[in-house]
Amino acid sequence: MTRATLFRLVVAMLVLTAVISVVMLQFDWNGVAGSTEADDIDLLTDVMIVLSSFVYSIVLVMLGYSIWRYRAKPGDESDGEPIHGNTRLEIAWTVIPTVIVLFGAGYSWFILDEIEARDADRLQVDVTAQQFAWRFEYPEEGVTSTELHVPIDRQVEFKLDALDVIHSFWVPEWRVKKDAVPGQPTRVVATPDRLGNYEVVCTELCGIGHSTMRAPVVVESQEDFDQWVSDQGGEARGGAAARGGGRGAGTVAAEGQQIFDAQGCSGCHTLAAAGATQTIGPDLDEVLPDRSPQEIEQSIVDPDAELSPGFNQGIMPDNFGDALSPDELDTLVRYLSQNAGQGGGGQ
Amino acid sequence: MGNNIGEPMPVALKQPGQYRAFLGALIGGAFGFALVVVLREISGLPAFQTEPTGYPHVIVPAVTAPLGYLIGLGAFDYWFRWAAGAATRPEDHSQHGAHSWRDYFKFNTDHKVIGIQYTVTSFIFFFIGGAMAMVMRAELAQPGTQVVDPGVFNGLFSTHAALMIFIFVIPIFAGLANYVLPLMIGAPDMAFPRLNGLSFWLLPIGGLLFLASFFVPGGAFDAGWTGYAPLSTGAPLGQSFFNLGVQFAGASSVATALNFLVTIITMRAPGMNFWRLPLLVWANLSTSLLVVAATPFIAGVQFMVLFDRALGTNFFQAAEGGDVISYQHIFWFYSHPAVYIMMLPGFGIISEVISTHSRKPIFGYRLMALALIGIVVLSYTVWAHHMFVSGMFSWLRVPMMITTLLIAVPTGIKIFSWLGTLFGSVLHLYSTAMLFALGFIVTFVMGGISGVMLGMVPLDIHVSDTYFVVAHIHFVLFGGSVFTIFAGVYHWFPKMTGRMYDEKLGRLHFWLTFVGMMGSFLPMHWIGMEGMPRRVADYSAQFGDWNLLISCFAFLLGAAQLIFLYNMVVSWRWGPRATGNPWRAKTIEWQVSSPPPIFNFPEVPRVVGGPYEFGVPGARHAIMPGEEAEVRRPEPATVGGGRE
Repeated sequence: MTRATLFRLVVAMLVLTAVISVVMLQFDWNGVAGSTEADDIDLLTDVMIVLSSFVYSIVLVMLGYSIWRYRAKPGDESDGEPIHGNTRLEIAWTVIPTVIVLFGAGYSWFILDEIEARDADRLQVDVTAQQFAWRFEYPEEGVTSTELHVPIDRQVEFKLDALDVIHSFWVPEWRVKKDAVPGQPTRVVATPDRLGNYEVVCTELCGIGHSTMRAPVVVESQEDFDQWVSDQGGEARGGAAARGGGRGAGTVAAEGQQIFDAQGCSGCHTLAAAGATQTIGPDLDEVLPDRSPQEIEQSIVDPDAELSPGFNQGIMPDNFGDALSPDELDTLVRYLSQNAGQGGGGQ
Repeated sequence: MGNNIGEPMPVALKQPGQYRAFLGALIGGAFGFALVVVLREISGLPAFQTEPTGYPHVIVPAVTAPLGYLIGLGAFDYWFRWAAGAATRPEDHSQHGAHSWRDYFKFNTDHKVIGIQYTVTSFIFFFIGGAMAMVMRAELAQPGTQVVDPGVFNGLFSTHAALMIFIFVIPIFAGLANYVLPLMIGAPDMAFPRLNGLSFWLLPIGGLLFLASFFVPGGAFDAGWTGYAPLSTGAPLGQSFFNLGVQFAGASSVATALNFLVTIITMRAPGMNFWRLPLLVWANLSTSLLVVAATPFIAGVQFMVLFDRALGTNFFQAAEGGDVISYQHIFWFYSHPAVYIMMLPGFGIISEVISTHSRKPIFGYRLMALALIGIVVLSYTVWAHHMFVSGMFSWLRVPMMITTLLIAVPTGIKIFSWLGTLFGSVLHLYSTAMLFALGFIVTFVMGGISGVMLGMVPLDIHVSDTYFVVAHIHFVLFGGSVFTIFAGVYHWFPKMTGRMYDEKLGRLHFWLTFVGMMGSFLPMHWIGMEGMPRRVADYSAQFGDWNLLISCFAFLLGAAQLIFLYNMVVSWRWGPRATGNPWRAKTIEWQVSSPPPIFNFPEVPRVVGGPYEFGVPGARHAIMPGEEAEVRRPEPATVGGGRE
């Protein structure tokens, strides 16, 4: 191979690198960026796209040139040049990739430290995952919700716990993800910097309802967040009001609805009164109306005792007897017998 | 022994074979069932325990019936006779070689018969697993639920992966190597032919157990092929079939790997030193080192899951003091090396194919061999990169990231060396095997690049458990392993069957597979990065168009495999006869007839040079029996992978 050929190949590699990089960088591969962590991760993605384009261009140009230049004519029975190797070249293609990947590792490490650094005034949210629903508790504000509300531009630390199997907490726009592991609380931080509505997506296979295990996320201004907190009966940031026993003596409808949401029932069941529309488990509006309260209670604490047609044994967790206090169970049963089959509207 | 029954008995049931094997399975199953029922009755328990995780009267027979089958088949006859002190004939070759098609259904000790048994069996499961993928893509073509419900969908992708990994990719490499490796090193057979026969027959048992799970209460195992606890420890009965199927497939793998190690180390022909080994042999040596040390970990961890399910142990029950994350550490300590178990033999195949069909010595042979060993060593140090978001000890992520990225270096060495081999070659592009080898470079490098990206913790945090991972695994397992398998099957088809395949259909198969593969798996990167999680039966409407496109290409990919099936079946039966060495290759398996004689060589060949001495005047790799008189030239200085 002459110097001129070598020069042309190198130019071809660089041109191809430039073309692939420029085309690839036109797209927001990771979608909308909604947190400061997302910006760091997207920058790393872009750096990797350019480096990868370079490596891939080398391979494509070498391969393309060999096919174009050395392709055998039909019937050609000759052999190629008996070249067994070239020590300098082999050292080069060992050392250069090593340097590239070590650079990548160092840069990733730097980004990792940056996206995981903790702010002093971060908001604490305790996340509980169970088949197939999310629950968010704000320990300082005294609020529990099935929606995740967070103020903009303030770091949030999520403490994740799981009640049954492993789930994984992911908000694609924030780029952060962490498993929720039974018996082993984990933590993850994100700093949302874009207002809007998003979704928590479960990304660890958790059973039959895995693909529908979502929860709404609202990123809002501090004022809207404070308003939401006090609407939920909690204590807004800096507010002096006492918690006042958030739940108080509500009606069966309100309390029952809260238990229904908090236990994740809407993750699997349809119940128009609660706005629940899932079909993993039986449609409660269909199966409950002609049931006695005792039968409903049994279906909650021992779901396999009597199965609705078309549903398998073991499909529903059997630990609600432990998760609910006797009072809560009673409220939930009364709520269900009053509301199942009654259609929506009340809530 | 399971076949000790009274005298009047048809001859067919006395001789080792399928009839006696089915009788053995029946007796074994009945024995296991009776054991459970009787012991439970004695203990005052109800005879049948039907907790979803229990069913001892099903899972015990699921172990004893296969053992009865193997005993009936004759897999243990020799060893039983020896253990009982009866007369044995060490040089008994009655079970060696195939004289009719019926011999392929018997317990055989000939590595060539076993190689074909392995290859054909694996491809049957490849088509079953592929059909499952087609059903999944039909479901995923539109958002919402149309074809299968979410429970069945979870069972389909779990079984698809288990079949493709444990019953297709891993064993088919063992099958191809079984056929050609002893020939390549000039050995008459594998070191332990009877163990080799047993290894094969364990394999379909594993596959059938996976499939049988579809027919038990609660349906097929649906916790993914990864079977993470505690989802798996609480899953219905099908999960136990996964736990057991892995034991049979794993035992098969370990026994084969031991066999390869001993064969390669002790049975090389005179003159076949380590620097004269074909790279396929190096690749299987490396793979076997991984299999023997890593596979016991997955066998162990599946037993732990089974014990949590059936015996009330609490390895992974957080409420009882178990440790949930430890499952993943043990699982990936096998399953990361396993991705190299699924790739290194393919690297070996590509080296053989590229060198032969480009008529050039492998560029940098010694570094190629050392890169394999480098991958073996590094692959034991990277497992936790599957767990960057698992909540494990967070400090562990950085060292695992560094080793993960470093393993790209020996892999890169192999890619660059193949490209170096192509440079200045005489490149036979019309060969289907060569097309798959070159296509492999294009697709596998892309899988390698996405692998490096996944190895970087911050990127992994975002795309872990999304379709990006699905894209990556299919680029390395389909664009990587399966392309190398096709390259190998086309390359050695004439040797294994004695017939030539249809090269035109082969090229059509390649191009449709290449286009189908790219169209199916490339867009998966994009939807994953944008927010589509993996292992979902339903997804947000925003991904609908891409998924429809992916499904269309997936159906094209599936249809292309029918061309392959047709080509193989028809060519095997009616193809033109193959000569001993249609590709004019240098390695020893091509210096004998196609197919080779039953005992490979009348006398062991003598190895005098490197395996890829294309274009070196007068160079020889091996001198075959009877050729001695013709060869009088001195050995050239370049022999043995020296420098230029």
